[in-house]
Amino acid sequence: MTIGHAPLGPPEPDTTETSKPGAATADPAEPSPGLGLHPVVPASTRRARVPRWLRRTAGPVLLLALWQLLSITGVLTSDVLASPGRIARIGGDLVADGSLASAMGASLQRVAAGLLLGTLIGTGLALVSGLFRVGEDLVDAPVQMLRTVPFVGLIPLFIIWFGIGEAPKVAIITLGVTFPLYLNVYAGIRGVDAQLIEAGESLGLSRWGLVRHVVLPGALPGALTGLRYSLGIAWLALVFAEQVNADSGIGFLMVQARDFLRTDVIVVCLIVYAFLGLLADFVVRSLERLLLQWRPTFTGR
Amino acid sequence: MATDVHRPVTAPAVHVAGLTRSFDGRAVLDDLHVDIRQGEFVALLGRSGCGKSTLLRILAGLDRDIEGTVLVPRRRAVAFQAPRLMPWKRVWRNVLLGLPGKPERAVAERALDEVGLGHRAAAWPKTLSGGEAQRASLARALVREPDLLLLDEPFGALDALTRINAQRLVGELWQRRGCAVLLVTHDVEEAVLLADRVLVMDGGVIALEQRIDLDRPRDITGPRFAELRAKLLERLGVSTTTEAS
Repeated sequence: MTIGHAPLGPPEPDTTETSKPGAATADPAEPSPGLGLHPVVPASTRRARVPRWLRRTAGPVLLLALWQLLSITGVLTSDVLASPGRIARIGGDLVADGSLASAMGASLQRVAAGLLLGTLIGTGLALVSGLFRVGEDLVDAPVQMLRTVPFVGLIPLFIIWFGIGEAPKVAIITLGVTFPLYLNVYAGIRGVDAQLIEAGESLGLSRWGLVRHVVLPGALPGALTGLRYSLGIAWLALVFAEQVNADSGIGFLMVQARDFLRTDVIVVCLIVYAFLGLLADFVVRSLERLLLQWRPTFTGR
Repeated sequence: MATDVHRPVTAPAVHVAGLTRSFDGRAVLDDLHVDIRQGEFVALLGRSGCGKSTLLRILAGLDRDIEGTVLVPRRRAVAFQAPRLMPWKRVWRNVLLGLPGKPERAVAERALDEVGLGHRAAAWPKTLSGGEAQRASLARALVREPDLLLLDEPFGALDALTRINAQRLVGELWQRRGCAVLLVTHDVEEAVLLADRVLVMDGGVIALEQRIDLDRPRDITGPRFAELRAKLLERLGVSTTTEAS
């Protein structure tokens, strides 16, 4: 402690003390006696030594290592689940011989077609029922009724109607995509601030001008949310559709692998599905960042 | 643009006669008569719910469920209490919104310069402060070169300091433009500061009409100012005993 040599002389007046930089800087080094002062340690010096990203990757890596270990020791046989190493090798093979690329192409084409059709139908219906009261009366009730039917349950019907080619697959994706888009675009249109509509009216906008400059931009956040839901459902619908009578695509690879108990190929296909889903989500997020930069609440997640 | 706002004009900018507007059978405006001369600045005072905003909305053409005669100029513009800028349009596009033809960005920039906001023309509305947004809304109204400017409590949501500046700005713009102005407000001081004539609404009719014969720029500490304010406050049912001392 510094009690022993604490200055006991009369303290200098404050005014002179501030004018002497030497005294002002010397003071904090010698805390006055009596008060047991504790230093406030900056948070940065207490930070853990292991960086966060390393800690976060450690979990999955450990899991993979455990999986590999179980496979090597024979606890996990390859007809239950192939080892990570084997999956990586098979994945490489599938990429190398082009079968994965062609399967992805076929699957992506189906999703793109279904998404395009579903977006057109869902947005079109939402515009009709969102913008016109007559449209709402005519369109909304049937759509709300159809929405409750689980679209996957319609696969048998679609096969009867469209056969076993591409048409029923695209149709099932279209159906899955249509409803979330319809609901969100419709809610977006009806959720546009009435005060802004009124302001637009007072500025002399025509009906079409109001739709173009006020209603549609106002509904855009809802529409993009709908698109995100739709994309998620599109992949789900693709998986279902491709399990039925597919002769190409990732689902076809999986069905084939199932028949030969090739768990490695199945896992590769699952990884591809996950990757495609992530990619689609990234695309929508980029769209949001681009189109919704005006939004006060948008933080660029 | 150098219009003399105090010229004697006989033609009215607004003529309202026998105007009635009912909500669910309750008459908010009841056989109302109002005239506003060209270039005149009229303030409309009243307690909340007295129908002053309803009158403004009718004059703006936003409310048409009316009986009676309402004559307004074709070119009129509104500034609301909230700025009501379209958040998805940059400030200058907001200013030009609804203008006929394809106006140049320079048109918007001139209007924004007039309200001291030229440097924010390319900003998103979300980045504006409350006072800036309100000035942008004012620029959007003025760019239409209105013969009648309708202001619905435009300073109500501003903080006290910003409000003083905004009031001064509106006074200056009015003197420069020479358009008729109807200012709906609940702030008596603001009304006496800016208006040629103050109308007090009560029970769906004009209960009091007060000409403000003070020279501009007005001194809010002057005795005549205090007298007018006290009179209007009294009519609005607010005791002014502290003012008298």
